Amino acid sequence: MENEKQQSAASVMAVEIGVAAVVFAFGALVLFDSYRLGASWGEDGPQAGYFPFYIGILVCVSSAAIFVRALRSAELAAESFVSREQLKMILTVLVPTVIYVALIAFLGFYVTSTLYIAYFMRHLGKYSWIKIVPVSVGVSIAFFLIFEIWFQVPLPKGPLEAALGLN
Amino acid sequence: MFVGVVLGIIIGVLPGLGGANGVAILLPLTFSMAQQPGGTTSAIILLSCIYWGALFGGAITSILFNIPGEPWSVATTFDGHPLAQQGRAGSALTAAFTSSFIGALVAVIMITFLSPLIASFALRFGPPEFFSVYLLTFCAFVGMSGGNAAKTVASMMIGFALAAVGLDSVTGTLRLTFGFTSLLKGFDFLIAVIGLFGIGEILETLEEGLAFKGASGRINLKVVIETWKELPRYWATSLRSAAVGCFMGIVPGGATPASFMSYGLARRLSPDGKDFGNGKVEGVVAPETAAHAAGTAALLPMITLGVPGSPTAAVLLGGLLIWGLQPGPLLFVEKPDFVWGLIASMYLGNIAGLIVVLTCVPLFAAILRIPFSIIAPVIIVICAIGAYTVHNSMFDVWLMVAFGVIGYAFKKLSYPLAPMVLALVLGDRAEENFRNAIKGSQGDMTVFFSNGLVGGLTSLALVLLFWPVVSAAWRALSGRR
Repeated sequence: MENEKQQSAASVMAVEIGVAAVVFAFGALVLFDSYRLGASWGEDGPQAGYFPFYIGILVCVSSAAIFVRALRSAELAAESFVSREQLKMILTVLVPTVIYVALIAFLGFYVTSTLYIAYFMRHLGKYSWIKIVPVSVGVSIAFFLIFEIWFQVPLPKGPLEAALGLN
Repeated sequence: MFVGVVLGIIIGVLPGLGGANGVAILLPLTFSMAQQPGGTTSAIILLSCIYWGALFGGAITSILFNIPGEPWSVATTFDGHPLAQQGRAGSALTAAFTSSFIGALVAVIMITFLSPLIASFALRFGPPEFFSVYLLTFCAFVGMSGGNAAKTVASMMIGFALAAVGLDSVTGTLRLTFGFTSLLKGFDFLIAVIGLFGIGEILETLEEGLAFKGASGRINLKVVIETWKELPRYWATSLRSAAVGCFMGIVPGGATPASFMSYGLARRLSPDGKDFGNGKVEGVVAPETAAHAAGTAALLPMITLGVPGSPTAAVLLGGLLIWGLQPGPLLFVEKPDFVWGLIASMYLGNIAGLIVVLTCVPLFAAILRIPFSIIAPVIIVICAIGAYTVHNSMFDVWLMVAFGVIGYAFKKLSYPLAPMVLALVLGDRAEENFRNAIKGSQGDMTVFFSNGLVGGLTSLALVLLFWPVVSAAWRALSGRR
């Protein structure tokens, strides 16, 4: 069991190669679009794609260099990029964060933030609800006071704020 | 101003919030402030005080908790944390704060005297000169950063490419948008900074587990005075570190390498260098002085040339642009009150910072005792608010999350993030100057060598670009003799 937790979910080499490949693809995309726009000399100076074209070339060249170096290195293959336990930890944060951002559009900033903080405290901190409710609600109210009242920056609001007439 | 300093220290203490993204998050909040007459000066003072505060705050966490709150305080943990374990946290903190104050002071004095000179010199610059200054900046990054040069280049070029997305300012064509209207206005560097540094750092901290274990920090007047008595002995270290810091800040090596370099130098040159790492006050003085000197000196090229020396300076520069101020030599002529207001605030901000940190350490240390499961979501919420307020757009919040994942992966693979941010901020201006330069010369690249000034800058840039190669060759040559 203990062993399984420490087990590597991906080697540094695999991730290194993967990231280099993505960067290369990004560079190729830049090249492609710059070429479409015209990367040569127009009648009144360099065309729109001129500068990005060379940027794209440099992205591709440097990522290719990283790619080749990673392929050759044996020690990178042995090294762990992230263990399963760590990956699980990161996903338990990342997935709710994505849901959080998605919910903002429907519930508004403050309600979603309250739920988000509450989730964290419950799931990672294992707090009792008696502590969770005042902290998460309190933080959101503090944010409301700071941003809406003090700095006067409107943030997205949902049905609850509408019901309270705070819009 | 005290508000700025206190906010800054809190930002520096909190994991996941650093100088760069702290300023980035607060920048949109200053928009309304900057519109009032004279408001830009108070807005920049607020932001730069946050910067100072973050510099101070980083030291607290590294000494008490062995967790560097900022990358440049990593070197401070080497000797600072052992000192705290020996129960001398108070003197370590006092040494750190005092020496960072001295470092910053030296850099500010340098800015005061050098910046008008550089600015009047830079007034003669045309597009080729400006482009070669940018070239110099970016080449210095590649050559000086150590690490993997290919990764530095890759990260920098991604920044340039992202900066090119959107409406091309010269021809008015759409670039790299692939028909997505949300990409029309391009990538805002603020979003990138918040995501890369903020969310990325939270993810990284998470995998190290959630517990903070720390020494208690208590400072009383007696400890402060005793430590101050001890400090003059390290005047040589201080001066050397301040010089290293100023140099590394102006050429955009940044505070992080400056602190390491100065720590290494101090260890080699100090009579009791072998005891470094077991808790020497001198080992705290060296990196802290250098980091602050570098952090402050990074503002010199920003206000005089419009080329920031560090990511945080880059964010400040972006702020100036948004407020409608064009940083660069003309700023000294057109808005002298703004420039000198900023420089005056550097003096006052550092004094204020010193007072605040010396008196309030236990308070800030208490913040760190807030369990991570509460502080992490709060920081992410703050980041989301920051990202949203830049353009009032939810798309930016999504981008922030995406940048967070990129930042996490890049950090773990040791791609440097600073060049990407710098390229993102400077990309458009570098490109514009490049295009104007070669437009003037009808596509002839020799324009970058056409006179002594621009030729010298370009050659220096190329030397720095190949610095590792050049220095290796130099060593081989002198070794043979």
